[in-house]
Amino acid sequence: MNELLGVVDWSRAQFALTAMYHWLFVPLTIGLSLIVAIMESLYVRTGDIRWKGITKFWMTLFGINFACGVATGIILEFEFGTNWSNYSWFVGDIFGAPLAIEGLLAFFMEATFVAVMFFGWNKVSKKFHLASTWLTALGVTLSALWILVANAWMQYPAGCDFDPAQMRNVMTDFAAVALSPVAINKFFHTVFSGWVLGAVFVVGVSSWLLLKKRNTEAARKSVTVASWVGLIGILATLYTGHGSAVQVSRHQPMKLAAMEGLYRGSCGQDLVAVGILKPAAQRTDKDPMLFSIDIPRGLSFLANSDFDSYVPGIDDLIEGRTITPQNDTVYGLSYSDKMALGASVRSALADYDAARHSGDTAAMNAAADSIQKNFRYFGYGYLSSPEAAVPNVDLTFYSFHIMVTAGGYLMLLFVVMLFVCTRKPAILTNKWLCWFGIVSIAVVWICSQAGWIVAEVGRQPWVIQDLMPTTSAISGIREGSVQTTFWIFAVLFTGLLIAEISIMLRYISGASKTDIEQPKK
Amino acid sequence: MDTLATLQAYWWLLIAVLGAALVFLLFVQGGQSMLYCKSTDAERQLMVNSLGRKWEFTYTTLVVFGGAFFAAFPLFYSTSFGGAYWLWMLILLSFVIQAFSYEFRRRKGNIYGTRFYDFLLLCNGFFGCTLLGVAVGVFFFGGDFIVTKTNLLDVSAPVISLWAPTHGLEAIACWKNLLLGITVFFLARTMGALYFINNIGGDGGFTARMRRKTLVNGLIFAVLFVAFTVVLLCTAGLRENEAGVFVKEPNIYLHNLLGMWWCAVIFLLGVVAVLAGIFGSAFSKTWRGGIWVAGFGVAAVIVVLFCIAGYGHTAYMPSNLDPQSSLSISNSSSSLFTLKVMSWVSVLVPFVLAYIWIVWRKMNSAPLTEEELEKDSHVY
Repeated sequence: MNELLGVVDWSRAQFALTAMYHWLFVPLTIGLSLIVAIMESLYVRTGDIRWKGITKFWMTLFGINFACGVATGIILEFEFGTNWSNYSWFVGDIFGAPLAIEGLLAFFMEATFVAVMFFGWNKVSKKFHLASTWLTALGVTLSALWILVANAWMQYPAGCDFDPAQMRNVMTDFAAVALSPVAINKFFHTVFSGWVLGAVFVVGVSSWLLLKKRNTEAARKSVTVASWVGLIGILATLYTGHGSAVQVSRHQPMKLAAMEGLYRGSCGQDLVAVGILKPAAQRTDKDPMLFSIDIPRGLSFLANSDFDSYVPGIDDLIEGRTITPQNDTVYGLSYSDKMALGASVRSALADYDAARHSGDTAAMNAAADSIQKNFRYFGYGYLSSPEAAVPNVDLTFYSFHIMVTAGGYLMLLFVVMLFVCTRKPAILTNKWLCWFGIVSIAVVWICSQAGWIVAEVGRQPWVIQDLMPTTSAISGIREGSVQTTFWIFAVLFTGLLIAEISIMLRYISGASKTDIEQPKK
Repeated sequence: MDTLATLQAYWWLLIAVLGAALVFLLFVQGGQSMLYCKSTDAERQLMVNSLGRKWEFTYTTLVVFGGAFFAAFPLFYSTSFGGAYWLWMLILLSFVIQAFSYEFRRRKGNIYGTRFYDFLLLCNGFFGCTLLGVAVGVFFFGGDFIVTKTNLLDVSAPVISLWAPTHGLEAIACWKNLLLGITVFFLARTMGALYFINNIGGDGGFTARMRRKTLVNGLIFAVLFVAFTVVLLCTAGLRENEAGVFVKEPNIYLHNLLGMWWCAVIFLLGVVAVLAGIFGSAFSKTWRGGIWVAGFGVAAVIVVLFCIAGYGHTAYMPSNLDPQSSLSISNSSSSLFTLKVMSWVSVLVPFVLAYIWIVWRKMNSAPLTEEELEKDSHVY
């Protein structure tokens, strides 16, 4: 058992490492591909050669980053098999399809048209080149769509049934998988946040150019385009963020409770705007916060779009407690009850298997009915205690609040930048404003990573919500093997990141006026 | 054949076609392995930039190959990837180091220097091809694994697919798998030389050298391929009988080849096309189309190898530890519903192939030259 837990933890660490590195590059690819496509459209429409230079400048940065995204992405796909082989069988019938579609529809589109983007300037017409740039952006976005459909399904398993004969889940409704509200919301929230990250990157780098008084004309134009993209992106991210909270409230209430450090919920629950949690040992149902500034009834609205609705806390969920609008306390299934039901499904599955081998149809049907009745609690049967169903509250809470605070900061950035670009262009070179833009590059990446920590740490211990905990999704490998590959990837990716940053800095600082503002026709 | 069996066969064919495309596209890796074979800096620059405009196709095809396996045959994905951990991790590593090397190698500030990235490309060229060949070898020569689905009910040890403690290293050490791996490597080098003949223009001296490389590597490949074919056709395999029990059968792949006559015909056509591509290019002074003729042949042979591995109730991944744990296309596939959905999606394959073809034609209308590289703003 200890060996199993060691493998689980190292596999988690390896997957988290790969995913977090991958997510350093992907949102920039999503955002920059759109911004580059807009810039090239301006070039084709106006014929202004300066837009061509600006487009090529950002396109090169896109290319450097794109290569890193591709490098880290392949490992993620294969790690589902190498490190989570039980998972791959248990839900491969459903999860594999989006991955295959992603490859066929999105990756080939990217791979084909990105080559035209980089090498086709002198080989194809202007319009063909522009179409290729837009198709690359579309391919990048489509690849996000299908992996997010797959990820959303793990958080909200819809459109499937359990097949006891095969001991796996099978797809029954593709539309329910691909168009689930969780998937749609997650896709738009992620893509819009990618627009924001790409926009902040362009604003930040342009701010540095303005600060150094290099290519200032190109920098001004870039800030204007990026600020529009960023403002639209952050508003849409905010809207879809609310949608995400509503979905989390419905399907993953424990995650929502952890995001807010909420142990005992109520009707008209306040939202923590800023707060510090007490150390774990000192937390109580009544007051887990050392300090907080709350928005009255904000969490109820965030979760249910209703200021008076009930939001359960961690202890409420464990004990199955609900408070009605009339302030009555009602008890439903506790986590202990769910664990017992999960264990009963496991037992029924063993009965089904024995009956199938002995050819006892009646016993098979009886066991199948029993499995069907309580299958939604199957995963609870693997938990060692009700508390094992609680994610890391500190990490989820702080990540969520960092993400939200940083989001507010970024909205301010875009509003200020747009105001300056449209009303006070003369002060765009102001030292403090430039530093505001430059510092924001770090802020947006922290925000982006925090968002994924909320999504992925907050759903633990489930690899598939309520159906499969991470501990039973594992491969039959040795802890030492995973440790070794973890460190290999850690060194490789860190080395890659250092080289990428170094190359980008050299490229940005070395770009001459001839390259950007006076390029060759 | 019922609908499920038909779709299982259809998806195995699609995977065979993807595998064929992947092996054809390994000319990128083969080309990378020749970067430092008596090349001048200018020639190396042309070679890298010629390959650099295609590497993503190989990479993407590998990813789609894996994705298609996951969607259509999830028990293979679960058993092979989770079991032969080291084999797959080494394959992944060898491809990861390729992805950024092209973009980074000549950029200012790349920290490690151009030679380092070129070394990574060399590693990908050798290990990528060889290890993929080893992984495919397991389809014929088996793996050390057991599948017990009821393990899922054991909370303390729930893993259903268990592999030998060596986790894929034993597959690399198996001489039969290695034979296929090295065969694939020399095939990739041959294809790489053919690609350079097709795609790089300018000085005739370079092309002449590539023609010689085509001959040398092609001959080594041909000898290795004959050896592999003999070993394969003499190998015993497992076939699933009507009761669902896997039974050992000597010379199973020979029987499959002869039993499916169309496979034998395509195989022979493929071999002839590969030889025609190699010798035609080696002995002609002007012909640049060898890559396409040999490429057709490679694709045909690979499709046939997949067909004889998986069709006719053959275990496409035999278990050396427990024959009844072996994987066939019927016991490892997705459900009928998923295969149907995926089959509808596969209708888009011709559309994808069409735009790849259009773009390839536009981008390769003339061979790459030093003059073009000097004018280009994005150079590897």
